[in-house]
Amino acid sequence: MAAPVMNKSAESPRTSSQTVTLGKSLNLGLRAAMEADPKVIVMGEDVGKLGGVFRITDGLQKDFGEQRVLDTPLAESGIIGTAVGLAIRGFRPVCEIQFDGFIFPAFDQIVSQVAKLRFRSQGKINLPMVIRVPFGGGIGAVEHHSESPESYFAHTAGLKVVSCSNPVDAYWMIQQAIRCDDPVLFFEPKRRYYEKAELDFDAKPEPLFASRVLRKGTHATIATYGPMVKTCLESAAAAAEEGKELEVIDLRALSPMDLTPVYDSVRRTGHLVVVSEAPGEASLSSEIAARVQQECFYSLEAPILRVTGFDAPYPPSKLEEEFLPDLDRVLDAVDRSLGW
Amino acid sequence: MSSPEQWTHPEPGVGPAATAAKPTAEQVIAGLRATSEGGPELVQLLTPEGERVPNSQWDPYVSDVTAEDLRNLYRDMVLTRRVDREANALQRQGQLGIWVPLLGQEAAQIGSGRALKPQDMAFPSYREHGVAWTRGVKPTELLGIFRGTDHGSWDPLANRFHLYTIVIGNQVLNAAGYAMGQRFEGKVGDDDGEATICYFGDGATSQGDVHEGFVWASVYDAPLVFFCQNNQWAISEPTERQSRLPLYQRARGYGFPGIRVDGNDVLATLAVSRWALDECRHGNGPVLIEAFTYRMDAHTTTDDPTRYRLSDELEAWKLKDPIERVRVHLVRHMDTENEFFDQVQDESDQLAAELREFCQNMPEPPPGRMFSEVYAEGSPVLDAQRDAYLEYAAGFDGGEH
Repeated sequence: MAAPVMNKSAESPRTSSQTVTLGKSLNLGLRAAMEADPKVIVMGEDVGKLGGVFRITDGLQKDFGEQRVLDTPLAESGIIGTAVGLAIRGFRPVCEIQFDGFIFPAFDQIVSQVAKLRFRSQGKINLPMVIRVPFGGGIGAVEHHSESPESYFAHTAGLKVVSCSNPVDAYWMIQQAIRCDDPVLFFEPKRRYYEKAELDFDAKPEPLFASRVLRKGTHATIATYGPMVKTCLESAAAAAEEGKELEVIDLRALSPMDLTPVYDSVRRTGHLVVVSEAPGEASLSSEIAARVQQECFYSLEAPILRVTGFDAPYPPSKLEEEFLPDLDRVLDAVDRSLGW
Repeated sequence: MSSPEQWTHPEPGVGPAATAAKPTAEQVIAGLRATSEGGPELVQLLTPEGERVPNSQWDPYVSDVTAEDLRNLYRDMVLTRRVDREANALQRQGQLGIWVPLLGQEAAQIGSGRALKPQDMAFPSYREHGVAWTRGVKPTELLGIFRGTDHGSWDPLANRFHLYTIVIGNQVLNAAGYAMGQRFEGKVGDDDGEATICYFGDGATSQGDVHEGFVWASVYDAPLVFFCQNNQWAISEPTERQSRLPLYQRARGYGFPGIRVDGNDVLATLAVSRWALDECRHGNGPVLIEAFTYRMDAHTTTDDPTRYRLSDELEAWKLKDPIERVRVHLVRHMDTENEFFDQVQDESDQLAAELREFCQNMPEPPPGRMFSEVYAEGSPVLDAQRDAYLEYAAGFDGGEH
């Protein structure tokens, strides 16, 4: 059990910073959100006693009780469909979808009800709910456990979609998503759950729907999000050794996207590489490419290149290293762009 | 297992239903249709001939219903039917894009709707114009959906009547969640407790969301009345395409009571719904009610029932009309004068005239509406699209383009 970092009691001064994993950050963020608002409830498969298959909700049921942390029946449409009713009633449900590939039974409720109810009611009903989805590959899993379905949801009007890439963002973004009065799909880079960082609890967080430049550079811009952020930062470090300075932008918000920092960057560098694990066809990466070419047409010195998962179903895990964009594929794209 | 009766009412100890139930197609149909003609499973308090059937189990739930109350139920049904017929006509005249008739289902909807207490919540599908009436939603507020000016204009929280849900079965899970919330907030357990009622049809019982709704409501002891209007037809598909088992019997597999009521009997529907809602508000939910009724008109105004059902069936159901039996009862047994019926008729004509007048004068929604209220906290991307489109559209104003 972690120290009660969000304890508001003046007598017990809390640690103002702590080294935490991304998973632990989410856990602390959920705990803080639940302490701040009694209407916040957590629901999903195995999120109670077990603490979730990734332990993101570890200890929450013990501390907040079974009516605020619900081990639900095993049916995803049921999780989301009942969360809609709970949200209408005034709760703020935080639903966990156990793995990316299991979200599809809930697709109907998400697209037909979650996304549309506010519009249908012309603002009389809000659905302040969060749908947490551990996503992406790289963990050697069986089928349906490594997918990147975020584009489906970014494509759906009425939903907001975000993805965190590091422990600090995870802590703040989950709380901001829960406070948001719109339904938010919250994509968690599951292979980064054990990445560590120093988390300053007194820091002022970035706004939720804002992208951020993580590394400044002058030669080319890389736009990415989620699990690929680390890959791209490593790529930029390697490129720097060869004298190429890459600017790396973590999009964070996937719908609506905040592309202004990308436009600003591309206007300086003239080169853009978009990196995502998801298959590229009709995806967020194609959307980014379309918008940047429209906004930065005269600044571009090369076509926008994309490094993505392939347009094939996610492969058996022995092949996933070939499927997933890695440092070499990113740098290859950078070289092709710079050499155009 | 030879006769339909045996199959429909398996005795305890006969064996697991899964092995005992191997009915022939004829047995399935006979079981599904076993109904008013004396079937003990169907709750009926008012026969199609307008005679009151004493029933020791259910009479207590309507013992307070006076002649005046019954006249009010009659009035509700007549007005609801008049609105329905007027709207159907408005569609035929091009004033509405489509209409979803409720003809024949007035008793199921008024009986259950009038069983609700003010604190209760209702989740309709899209044919619940009668329930809407009982929740104080004006008939004019239904029209926008069918004229294409909005997706539902009433306030679902103020009326405690959720917006129509068109995707079959979705609302059952939403209702289950809402009812869970009532329980979590401690609003269940006494006479003042809250309950939720959820409407769906025989076709919806095949949907996964309805099954999941049954599971959720039962394992969380949600105060939810599942109100299935079995109107015999899911567009062109008969109930036997959805189930081998009479629908109310499904409840047993989920661990809560199921009951079949004559959905054309407003008194029986009122009694059974009051009982079910009381069970729920006292913490004994959920409950499934199968209101056995008949869709006297088409699925919607775009449908053609002559392609899939015989007029004999319709004629047989006309004899079980939900309004006529109450009228007969009021005349024969409750000293109701013609003056009352004339007055209700006048009132319904006036309501229809108002509906027509309102419909023909409904304003078109402004183009900006399609961008509004998509998000509570806005979206710069959508805002930019709206601004660009409105500027583009403004370019057409008064010009030749």
